[in-house]
Amino acid sequence: MVDLAKTYDVLVVGGGNAALCAAITAREKGASVLILEHAPKPFRGGNSRHTRNLRCMHTEPTEVLTEAYLEEEYWDDLMRVTNGVTDERLARMAIRGSNGVGRWMEARGVRFQPSLGGTLNLSRTNAFFLGGGKALVNAYYATAERLGVEVLYETEVLDLEIDKGVFQWATVSCQGGEPVKVRAKTVVAASGGFQANLEWLKEYWGEAADNFIIRGTPYNKGRMLRNLLDKGATPVGDPRQCHAVAIDARAPQFDGGIVTRLDCVPFSIVVDKNAQRFYDEGEDFWPKRYAIWGRLVAQQPDQIAYAIIDSKAVTLFMPSVFPAVQADSIGELAAKLGLDTQALENTVAQYNAAVRPGNFDNSILDNCATEGLTPPKTHWARRIDEAPYYAYPLRPGITFTYLGVKVDEQARVVMEGGKPAKNIFATGEIMAGNVLGKGYLAGLGMTIGTVFGRIAGEEAAKNANH
Amino acid sequence: MRTTEALVDARSAMEICNACRYCEGYCAVFPAMELRRTFSNGDLSYLANLCHNCRGCYYSCQYAPPHEFQINLPKTFAELRAETYEEYAWPRPLARLFHRNGLVVSLITAIGIALIMIGTMLLQSNDVLFARHQGEGAFYAVIPHNVMVALGGATFGYAIIALIMGFLNFWRDAGGKMAELKPQSLRQAFADALTLRYLGGSKGEGCAYPDEAFSNARRVYHHFMFYGFMLAFAATAVATIYDYVFGWVAPYGYFSLPVILGTLGGIGLLIGPAGLLWLKAKSDKTPAPASLMGMDVAFLVLLFMTSLTGLVLLAFRETAAMGILLAIHLGFVLSLFVVLPYSKFVHGLYRTGALLRHAMERKH
Repeated sequence: MVDLAKTYDVLVVGGGNAALCAAITAREKGASVLILEHAPKPFRGGNSRHTRNLRCMHTEPTEVLTEAYLEEEYWDDLMRVTNGVTDERLARMAIRGSNGVGRWMEARGVRFQPSLGGTLNLSRTNAFFLGGGKALVNAYYATAERLGVEVLYETEVLDLEIDKGVFQWATVSCQGGEPVKVRAKTVVAASGGFQANLEWLKEYWGEAADNFIIRGTPYNKGRMLRNLLDKGATPVGDPRQCHAVAIDARAPQFDGGIVTRLDCVPFSIVVDKNAQRFYDEGEDFWPKRYAIWGRLVAQQPDQIAYAIIDSKAVTLFMPSVFPAVQADSIGELAAKLGLDTQALENTVAQYNAAVRPGNFDNSILDNCATEGLTPPKTHWARRIDEAPYYAYPLRPGITFTYLGVKVDEQARVVMEGGKPAKNIFATGEIMAGNVLGKGYLAGLGMTIGTVFGRIAGEEAAKNANH
Repeated sequence: MRTTEALVDARSAMEICNACRYCEGYCAVFPAMELRRTFSNGDLSYLANLCHNCRGCYYSCQYAPPHEFQINLPKTFAELRAETYEEYAWPRPLARLFHRNGLVVSLITAIGIALIMIGTMLLQSNDVLFARHQGEGAFYAVIPHNVMVALGGATFGYAIIALIMGFLNFWRDAGGKMAELKPQSLRQAFADALTLRYLGGSKGEGCAYPDEAFSNARRVYHHFMFYGFMLAFAATAVATIYDYVFGWVAPYGYFSLPVILGTLGGIGLLIGPAGLLWLKAKSDKTPAPASLMGMDVAFLVLLFMTSLTGLVLLAFRETAAMGILLAIHLGFVLSLFVVLPYSKFVHGLYRTGALLRHAMERKH
């Protein structure tokens, strides 16, 4: 039973993958561990609920991964997406730590499956969880509880008392009740970023943030992150940046997850609310481009856009959760979308006139392109002329934020002056910016959370025992 | 399949699942789903019957209630499956027997037993009924051979015809084409059905039943029940051959083939249904429609009682109680035959059909 009067060895703030890896590791090292999860039990697990794989270095084929994915290639991939905005020592720790981590995970209940339909591009690099992230989270909670880790749901940490870089106690509220003190010898901050905090996002994005959709948990308000930064933790990552993709505008405000994504952009033209195109939809393969489209849509008036296709393209991409808006003519489609009929007809007509003949092939960067059109569409450009026509409304969908706290190789939070805090550790999204300072690499977040979760758990247990 | 509320729910769930696909590794439903972008009524009937109710997807689902998408596939498919049983029942007017099926099965069984009891009493004087009968033809001294054959043959024959007609209704609606049937598809489907592959998890860890933790308990109990049923069936078949081919008249010795088969089968039919009822009682009720509890429980109890009365008859067949015990057991057996096409029994048929359909359409 949870006893808030006692002093725990390790207090874990957050209840997702990183928190659970830290808690399980610390408990296995003999520490008494309390997890404080802000969400109620059905929504436990933070954004890990919505994940599906982790990026895994491996030297030979495994049961679920093809070929090999070696450290240097992994590192090169990271350099490519971050343009070098990374801490090489920590990044290489994450990469090396992912080698063989699947066995550790399996021993704690996680199961894997071959890469999912429609994700063949990840079959070599990413190990998929059977049932996805929620199944992983369930498995870890079951393991943690079996080991004797204690868990409080609907419990928010309001404040950490830190004296000269030493954590003393946490002030927490259970189920919205009166704040109480929880004492522990060490604390692991694993409470995610601040992407669900619209007020905070508005500091950088202004009123536009009102039109942002948060793809994951509504509980990542960044309270711990702000608290640590206010108390002298060294920030890492650009506070203005967030990872945003274009998702279906009809998605719920929070927690829409994977199903709201739209993969039709490369086969479409995308117009803003004035029915004008604004970017090359066929610039590159979608997995290499979807991460820029959230920002692109965020920069359009009212943060809305519409991807328009015709019946030729309708089966070329993964199905998504909401049916497309359908019409027998472009004019009718414009009316259904609330766009200016004439303007959309003109945009489509200009685009169709600019399309040059080519051999359409969605498996390569084909030669179907426009000529004399601004902006151009450089691949997969085919005339939009076969009814019925379809449209998907797009909005920016925020996945995560980059701002975090700086950590050292023991996952200790680095405080003002560059000195690591004695007993404050961080793992998961709250410190992912150390490794992924910019850009996005599928499955890396789970790798960082797992590897540094284990490090944080081990170091915290060690620290508590001394 | 007609359009119903359950079918519409299943369609919207499939559209969400098809955009997610995280559960692909759990069972055959998801790979089958991925072969489609839209779902016809027949497709949904097929998918609902392909679902083994292992519940892996329910506990893994980030869209499960209380999430606003309210995805609860085991429950949605169970509701739709029950409607498909009704949809394909033959003859049509008897489809309504699937309404409040638990009550229907119980009533038919009660009436069946009463009729056999009354019939036996009308047929035989108390002296005969309560006498000890031993040796060759002992059973037929109470219920004449030709009466037993006529009743058994008629009810069993009717059940077979009704089941075949129901299966064909399902097969046509699910889009199955006999012309495309290949031996390897049949082999695959029977292997999947006979091993309950999709209650076994991805690596034999079992299914999320009765709760979130994976277990093989359900699969094991189902095997006891199914193979118990098959052994009991084999016992009857062997006994029929003994009787008609060799002219050996029942009852047979305790160590004769029909009795050994029947006893083993009977034990399986006690352990299996009892275990499944026990699991059901303690199972998480959220991924299951409460309205279908009756159908499941009634059929399990009927199987259990049929077996129990058979074993009791075996134990006391040389006493004066044999006459009454025989009448009771025969009442259960004949009732079982009568309700087969209008009970949970049909799930095995449609499930196997769906597995066959899946074996035929998936990429080899």
